[in-house]
Amino acid sequence: MTIEMLGARILSPYFGGSLSVWGSIITIFMLALALGYLIGGTLSTRNPNGITYSMFFIGAAVFSLPVILFADFVMEPIFLAIEDPRYGSLFASIFLFFIPTSILGMISPYSVRLMVETEEHSGHMAGLLYFISTLGSAAGTLGTSFYFVLWFEVNQILWGAVLSLVLAGCVVLLSQYLQKTNAIGRRGAYAKK
Amino acid sequence: MFVLFSLNSTNFIAETIHEERSKYRDITVTEVGDRRCLLFNVHRGDRNQTCMVLNDRDKLVFDYTRMSFAGLLLQPEPESILIIGLGGGSIPMTFSDLFPTATIDVIEIDDAVVKVAEEYFYFNETQNMTVYVDDGRPFIKRAGIRGEKYDYIVLDAFSGDYIPEHMLTREFLEEVKMIMTEESVLVANTFSTSRLYDHESVTYQRAFEEFYNFKLPTSGNRIIIARLGLLPPRDQLVAESRLLGPELEKYGITLTDYPRRLTTRADWDMSRRELTDQYSPGNLLRGN
Repeated sequence: MTIEMLGARILSPYFGGSLSVWGSIITIFMLALALGYLIGGTLSTRNPNGITYSMFFIGAAVFSLPVILFADFVMEPIFLAIEDPRYGSLFASIFLFFIPTSILGMISPYSVRLMVETEEHSGHMAGLLYFISTLGSAAGTLGTSFYFVLWFEVNQILWGAVLSLVLAGCVVLLSQYLQKTNAIGRRGAYAKK
Repeated sequence: MFVLFSLNSTNFIAETIHEERSKYRDITVTEVGDRRCLLFNVHRGDRNQTCMVLNDRDKLVFDYTRMSFAGLLLQPEPESILIIGLGGGSIPMTFSDLFPTATIDVIEIDDAVVKVAEEYFYFNETQNMTVYVDDGRPFIKRAGIRGEKYDYIVLDAFSGDYIPEHMLTREFLEEVKMIMTEESVLVANTFSTSRLYDHESVTYQRAFEEFYNFKLPTSGNRIIIARLGLLPPRDQLVAESRLLGPELEKYGITLTDYPRRLTTRADWDMSRRELTDQYSPGNLLRGN
C-alpha cells in the first residue's frame, strides 16, 4: 500500500495528477495482486516450504528496486510514445509496479498453506491472515499519506519498504533455520504484506 | 422578535443557478444581484473561484485576477500566452481582449469547468485562443520537448482547496523555464499564508534566483513574477505602468499602483526545505 500511495507521486511528473492516473495505478495493483494470489495458491500445492516463502519477500524487494533506480528511464519513453496520459500512466504502472505487486500477492495464499495445520483451523487462519494483511495495508496507507511524505523523500520511503521486505524475508529464513536445528520446531509463518 | 426576523432576511442570499458534477469536484454557479460566481465544493465552505459582474463584464472582480496582469510591466507585448487553470475564464478573456492577435493556450484539467465557463461566464474559444483539457505539467513538459516558447505564462492551478503538488516542485519550474525565453515572464498565483509560503518561496528562489513578490493588503494571495534574466530596474516598471495603465482601467486593474508593491525582499524563512518531486507534501503543509 505504501508503494501504491507513492505510485501517483512517482507518475505525476510525467502523466499529471488527473483522476485517470489514480485509476491506472489501482487497476494495475488489483490485476497484479489477483495474478499473485493465483500463482501463490498454485505454488502452495507443491512442497510448501519456508525457503520459497522467504523468497517472495526478497523477490518483491528486488523487483521494487527499478521503481527507485530507473523510474525516469521507464517513464520517459512511455511519455514520449503515448500522448494520452490515461494510457501512458497505465503502461508506466504495468512496467513499474506489476511484477513486485504480483509477487507480494503470492504471500497471502502461501501463508495460509503454511499456517493451516488442520482442516477445521483453515477458516480461522485465513481470517487471521486477512486481518493482519489488511491491517498492514491500512497502516501503510495512513502512514505514507499522513506522515512519511512529510518526513522523507519518496525514494527514502521506498528504500524503507524494500528494507522491511528483506528483513521480513530474513526473519522467515532465520526461523526456518532454527526450526531445522530444533528438529521438532513448529512451522512458523510470518505474514506481512 | 418580528423585527429581528425581518432584519435577518436580507436580500443578499446567493441564488444557485446551476450545479455541475465533475470528476474532481462539485461546481456551483451562484448569483447575487448582478454578480455571478463560480464556486468549487460549496458544501466544504470554499470561497468563490471567479466572479463576474453581469452588466460590466470587462471588470475583474478579484484582486488575484487583476494582479495576474502585473507581468505586463515586464513583458508589455506578449505574442504567445499560456494559462494553466481556466476557472471562469476571466484571465484568458481579458488577455484575448487586450491582445487579439496573440496566441493564447489555456490548460484546464476538468472538462466540466470548461463547460460551465462557456455556458455561464461567456467564455469562448477564438481563432487564437484554444482550451486544452489536460494536466498542466505534462502539457508544459511536452511543449518544452517540442521547443515551444511562450512570452507570458500564468500559473493559476493553485486555487481552491487542493494544490496539485507536482506543480509546486523545482523540477516543474525547470520544465517551465524550458518554455521561456529571455523576454518571457512567469506569473504564479500562490498562497500567502501557511508554512507552504516559505517552502514555495525557497523553491522559486532556487529556480529563478530572484523574483518579484507581489502582495496587496486587500488580498490573501501572493503573486510571484519571475523571468529568466535579470529583473528590470524599478523606474522601468513605473514607466511601463504609465504607458499601459489607462488601457487596463476598464478591467479594474490599477497598474500604476503596482510597481511600488513589487519587492525582491525575502520575507520568508529561507531555511525551509525546497520542494522537489521527491519531497512535495504541499497539502500537508497548508494546514500549519
